[in-house]
Amino acid sequence: MTERRPYDVVIVGAGIVGTAVALACAQEHLTIAIVEPDVVGGGATAAGMGHIVVMDDSEAQFSLTHYSQQLWQTIAPELPRDVEYMPCGTIWVAVDQQEMQEVRRKHEYYGSRGVTTEILDEPQLREAEAGLRPGLAGGLLVPGDSVIYSPYAARFFLQRAQAGGADLYSGVRAVKLRQHDVVLSDGRRLATTFIVNAAGTWAREFTPGLEVRKRKGHLVITDRYPGHVRHQLVELGYLKSAHSLTAESVAFNVQPRMTGQLLIGSSRQFGAESSEVDRRILCHMLQRAFQYLPGLSRMSAIRAWAGFRAATPDKLPLIGKSPAQDNVYLATGHEGLGITTSLGTARLLVDQLLNRRSQIPVEPYLPTRHMEPAHA
Amino acid sequence: MAAAASAAQAGAHVGVADDNPSFGGQIWRGQETSPSTDLAKLWYQRFQGAKVECLRGCRVFGAEEEKTLVAETFDGWAELRFNKLILATGARERFLPFPGWTLPNVMGAGGLQAVVKSGVKIRDRRVVIAGTGPLLLAVAAHLKRDGAEICVVAEQASWNRLLRFGLGLTGQPSKLRQAIGLKRDLSGVKFVANCWPLAAEGSDRLESVTLLSGSTTWKVPCDYLACGFHLVPNAELAVLLGCILADGFVQIDDLQRTSVHDVYCAGEPTGIGGLELSLVEGQIAGYAAAGNPEKAKSLFARRSTLRKFVARMDRTFALNRELRSLTGDDTLVCRCEDVEFGRLREHWSWRSAKLHTRCGMGPCQGRICGPALEFLLGWRVESIRPPVFPARVGSLAMAPESHAKQC
Amino acid sequence: MPDTVQITINGTAVQVVRGCTVAAAVIQAGRSEFRRSVTGQPRGPLCGMGVCFECRLTINGQAHCRSCQILCRDGMDVSTSD
Repeated sequence: MTERRPYDVVIVGAGIVGTAVALACAQEHLTIAIVEPDVVGGGATAAGMGHIVVMDDSEAQFSLTHYSQQLWQTIAPELPRDVEYMPCGTIWVAVDQQEMQEVRRKHEYYGSRGVTTEILDEPQLREAEAGLRPGLAGGLLVPGDSVIYSPYAARFFLQRAQAGGADLYSGVRAVKLRQHDVVLSDGRRLATTFIVNAAGTWAREFTPGLEVRKRKGHLVITDRYPGHVRHQLVELGYLKSAHSLTAESVAFNVQPRMTGQLLIGSSRQFGAESSEVDRRILCHMLQRAFQYLPGLSRMSAIRAWAGFRAATPDKLPLIGKSPAQDNVYLATGHEGLGITTSLGTARLLVDQLLNRRSQIPVEPYLPTRHMEPAHA
Repeated sequence: MAAAASAAQAGAHVGVADDNPSFGGQIWRGQETSPSTDLAKLWYQRFQGAKVECLRGCRVFGAEEEKTLVAETFDGWAELRFNKLILATGARERFLPFPGWTLPNVMGAGGLQAVVKSGVKIRDRRVVIAGTGPLLLAVAAHLKRDGAEICVVAEQASWNRLLRFGLGLTGQPSKLRQAIGLKRDLSGVKFVANCWPLAAEGSDRLESVTLLSGSTTWKVPCDYLACGFHLVPNAELAVLLGCILADGFVQIDDLQRTSVHDVYCAGEPTGIGGLELSLVEGQIAGYAAAGNPEKAKSLFARRSTLRKFVARMDRTFALNRELRSLTGDDTLVCRCEDVEFGRLREHWSWRSAKLHTRCGMGPCQGRICGPALEFLLGWRVESIRPPVFPARVGSLAMAPESHAKQC
Repeated sequence: MPDTVQITINGTAVQVVRGCTVAAAVIQAGRSEFRRSVTGQPRGPLCGMGVCFECRLTINGQAHCRSCQILCRDGMDVSTSD
């Protein structure tokens, strides 16, 4: 019972990455299907902060985030209003002189790679963000960063892909990825040349042995307080938290939304399977946030929730041919950078499908990077 | 109050937390210093005479492990530790959206009454009362006593059903007396059955209501519209604690115990049943939780009788399917995020609609739009997470600086 | 204890009966519109019991207070704009 003529690509998962891949494929006139059992953009895409940010934990991370951010900047004028794209920039906040050294290092690093940043001293920091507590050392302003409302972005990408001929199979799940087709939970088979596993925290179900672990995070959203915070604010310790492999950590990270609501994070935990809010971690995370924005304490919190990031051992996503399955390509393992790197991931992946050279080196993201070389 | 007084009488150490500044809930709002009925007087006396610790303005928003609730107070937060917990969280009105329902001065039936009890003078104001259930008559009587001009009471149930209900009252003398009393209080007030609002009109506040009955429509100029379609249980805290629901109500056994050990539930969250049933269930829960099941059992018969009455009321006032047509595609359903029905209808579930329209993501956490959508589209509002009420971030964080109290 | 307290509503001083909620005081002062919705529509109290959030006002500088559940206290400053 095979469904119609073969697709070029079937994409498993309609999160921000899957839909970005769908769009990129459609733009290359590939025939595509995307399979999504739940709501489009309903996984980590909906749970997380829609922060588009350059990061420098490693050269490879910088390269991908920078590349992808430029793609976001290009597409920004076409984004519908409800995607709430806000080029508000990020301020990395330093609490002491030691962190200011890190600010200067980052300033150098970004500057030499074409990303404009500005060092803020204490008075300038307070002027940029009046809500920050007195006594901080300063910060680094990255004006090119932005924020979006991610589920709508995923929906936009999908609608664009559908306008380009993509088929959405919704309310069904892929149960088997085979050599020449994908079997769906309702028995239908989608014949296809390539399969893209963009299933985020569920990716392991489709590619056994995949080294992608769930990394739980918490967020709280407040009622509307327009104008209270104007940039995404992140503590410099954030990278330490994201980088570390320890069981749990929190780091200050607050995002202003176009609605005037504030999104407060962040936390990271391995080994937590339940999506229930962990009060202890929530308290820890919020109390850390008060150390930067004391005014948060009096604001009304409407909701708190937890979600899962898809994390890999070397903190870089998997973009490329699966070592285990011949016709399967992976686009997953983005940890906290899925929104940012979705567009870049999509381009790199399509480059590989089409055997085309990419604009940035792809080796660091290839799923085969974990393998030993076949011979000396 | 009934639960607290009974539990205290049975010797337990009792604390009562209510998010309002005074006790009495919706029905006895504002009566703490001057109860208006004999029944109210009796219970206030019992409650005030009992050894009960009162926590006013205390709103529970979450729970910890080990039998602890977390609540927000006026200027801080508190942990409430319990051995046994009785949930008496009451009910709220269901609002059915229709064009103009978001205008200022359109309120719930109980809503307008609450606001009047809280200090609004209704004398000489023109009020239209609409929706369904005996609540409408009770509200009409109360407002009329306070000097309001009741333009009309519009009940969606048909005359047929109302008549049958009325005849059935002859078997219940106390209810019959109540009904006769109401009729007397409401003499001269226009009452129309099979009738509901089509639209509320006005530029920046309510100016008139258009009513429909059968095939007749007419416009009623007015100052307030008090409009409510049944009560729905405030079961969010129960769900947060893990209590099993049946059909949206908290499931309980004979002794008002929920599916969670040491958690009891009484009153409207177990089934909409009105004042007297709530009082009886409260007493049963209070005695049972305080370790006196015999006293609890002595009230079983009374509870049975009252429940039978409630079942008949439910059948009488069941919502007419035609009410689903009140909500047009451009009628707002979610008031927090201004989402129209047309956008919501495109989705197949609450979850999908929530993620893609933000309906239910506002401060009311789906309490207003949820029951409407359940009636309109059959969607169940799912996934209750803490905080079950918006709370200050500092309270959520259990920040040491604002720790007000520990009980 | 006096029977009334004094509060200010949008800068105007008002005497209200002790035991009156802030929402009732605002309505008594002649104001039906408490706030604007997210698309700018005028809104006022709906449920009267603290679940609809349409009665939100800024009280003593704190935004998003549910005025139907807050008693007027002497000297309270109430504002209908955020």
